[in-house]
Amino acid sequence: MEKRVTFDNRLLPYLLLLPQLLVTIVFFFWPAGQALYQSLLLPDPFGLGAQFVWFSNFEYLAGDRYYLQSFVTTAVFTFFVTLVSMSAALLLAAMADQVIKGAGTYKTLLIWPYAVAPAVAGVMWLFMFQPSIGVLAFYMKAAGFNWNPILNSTHAMTLVIAAAAWKQISYNFLFFLAGMQAIPRSLIEAAAIDGAGKWHRFRTIIFPLLSPTTFFLLVVNIVYAFFETFGIIHTMTSGGPGQSTNILVYKVFSDGFVGQDLGSSAAQSVILMVVVGLLTFIQFRYIERRVHY
Amino acid sequence: MVEKRGIGMIMMHLVLIAGIAVVCFPIYMTFVGSTLTHLEIIRPPMPLLPGPHFIDNYAQALASGVNAPVGRMLFNSFVMAMGIAVGKIVISILSAYAIVYFRFPFRMLAFWAIFVTLMLPVEVRIVPTYEVAASLNLLNSYTGLILPLIASATATFLFRQFFLTVPDELLEAARVDGAGPVRFFKDILLPLSVTNIAALFVILFIYGWNQFLWPLLITTKPEMNTIVMGLKQMMPTADDYGNWPVTMAAAMLAILPPVAVVIFMQRLFVKGLVETEK
Repeated sequence: MEKRVTFDNRLLPYLLLLPQLLVTIVFFFWPAGQALYQSLLLPDPFGLGAQFVWFSNFEYLAGDRYYLQSFVTTAVFTFFVTLVSMSAALLLAAMADQVIKGAGTYKTLLIWPYAVAPAVAGVMWLFMFQPSIGVLAFYMKAAGFNWNPILNSTHAMTLVIAAAAWKQISYNFLFFLAGMQAIPRSLIEAAAIDGAGKWHRFRTIIFPLLSPTTFFLLVVNIVYAFFETFGIIHTMTSGGPGQSTNILVYKVFSDGFVGQDLGSSAAQSVILMVVVGLLTFIQFRYIERRVHY
Repeated sequence: MVEKRGIGMIMMHLVLIAGIAVVCFPIYMTFVGSTLTHLEIIRPPMPLLPGPHFIDNYAQALASGVNAPVGRMLFNSFVMAMGIAVGKIVISILSAYAIVYFRFPFRMLAFWAIFVTLMLPVEVRIVPTYEVAASLNLLNSYTGLILPLIASATATFLFRQFFLTVPDELLEAARVDGAGPVRFFKDILLPLSVTNIAALFVILFIYGWNQFLWPLLITTKPEMNTIVMGLKQMMPTADDYGNWPVTMAAAMLAILPPVAVVIFMQRLFVKGLVETEK
């Protein structure tokens, strides 16, 4: 879509674009180019110079057990965060869509955790589940369950998944509820007159009509679990114990800043850029389609 | 609506209340933790009801904190969040105006250059972005906290979409009356965009407030820390007893401004959230 009528000013449009383009070039294209360039370099151990090594950083990563493991860790983490937070949100939205009394209050109480930063969510969850002081950890141990996320990798993974999924419920709830309220009431009433029960109506009418929202949220949740959960990992486990919660985006940071392995970190950045690019592409393809719904 | 009462309705209310209990529980425990003493917390189980030390803990957090006063960190977060929200809106509305209302060489190139930034969150290109900021002497400064995060395709997109829905007749009428591009922008387009700007501001304020990794790297001095990253430094570790109640008070203070924004500007918040994701 384009405007029919425009201004014909020569200099002004460039001046208007200048601030954004300047910031974009300095803090976006320059670093992205640096990442690309550094991913082809191998710095010497003293950090004095670097050797051009073509794709050997990538070849090294392809054979690196820890890197491949991090892919698996990220996949498991993403899968469960998406599954848990989307199903919980769908259940709550389906209920909130039906109730009339107190609907506004329920909605407010369910969406306000959106404002909690991932890093703060990590601190809050650790406070409850830290094995030595956490109050829920205490009751779990009192019940005879040997809870220890500091040493046990499954426990650590469960904990970061729980915190990350919790943080995302509000967002998913809001979009599911909006999606359900956009479904024409007449369809649901017609089905009710034909004798379809609640569950039947949900399964055959509401859920299929909700599929654009569901698909959109799927992509958003994957992006969230991949990239925005850095704060949760950093405050709760720092990728440990061992490498068990070291997701890809955390590994870029820990290899680059803690391990000082700049070539490998840059190569990992480049791989992640490709992943985000693909996800964004899928999202936009979908949005193109949604226009026709 | 169908089926307005009965057992089913009560069940739904119960499910919703249970859901809210689960969703709000971590925040409730944090609040309880912020009203107890350190000893009550490190000798588990801690009480499940708030204690009497609310004022002591919050006063201590604000004035001295654990390693840096939380008051100062809140101020830094506020400056950063405001800077990012205002900065993004200003540069985006200007560039969207140029792209929609002017025809000039390289227009599509500029559009795509902005568009691709959508694909790279700062976490992904963190090391080189840090190097660029360091070489520009931006460490430990508000400029360094704000500037690298204000390039945003999302806001530019939103304004572009909105401008495209503004009727062409408005521009024609303005031109007949002799208005130039600056006057049209200031007197017609900007007033029409107020709701969009407000909705976007709410979302961007929360985004800026909740930044974690970037302030963690760019600030090394405690007096430049933001509250969300400073919280991690306050947490007691194995070799540092710390002070749990003060840390929990800081956590409550850290979520207070964004939560207030979500609750009191709920309509704008929902609008902003739905529109920025289009």
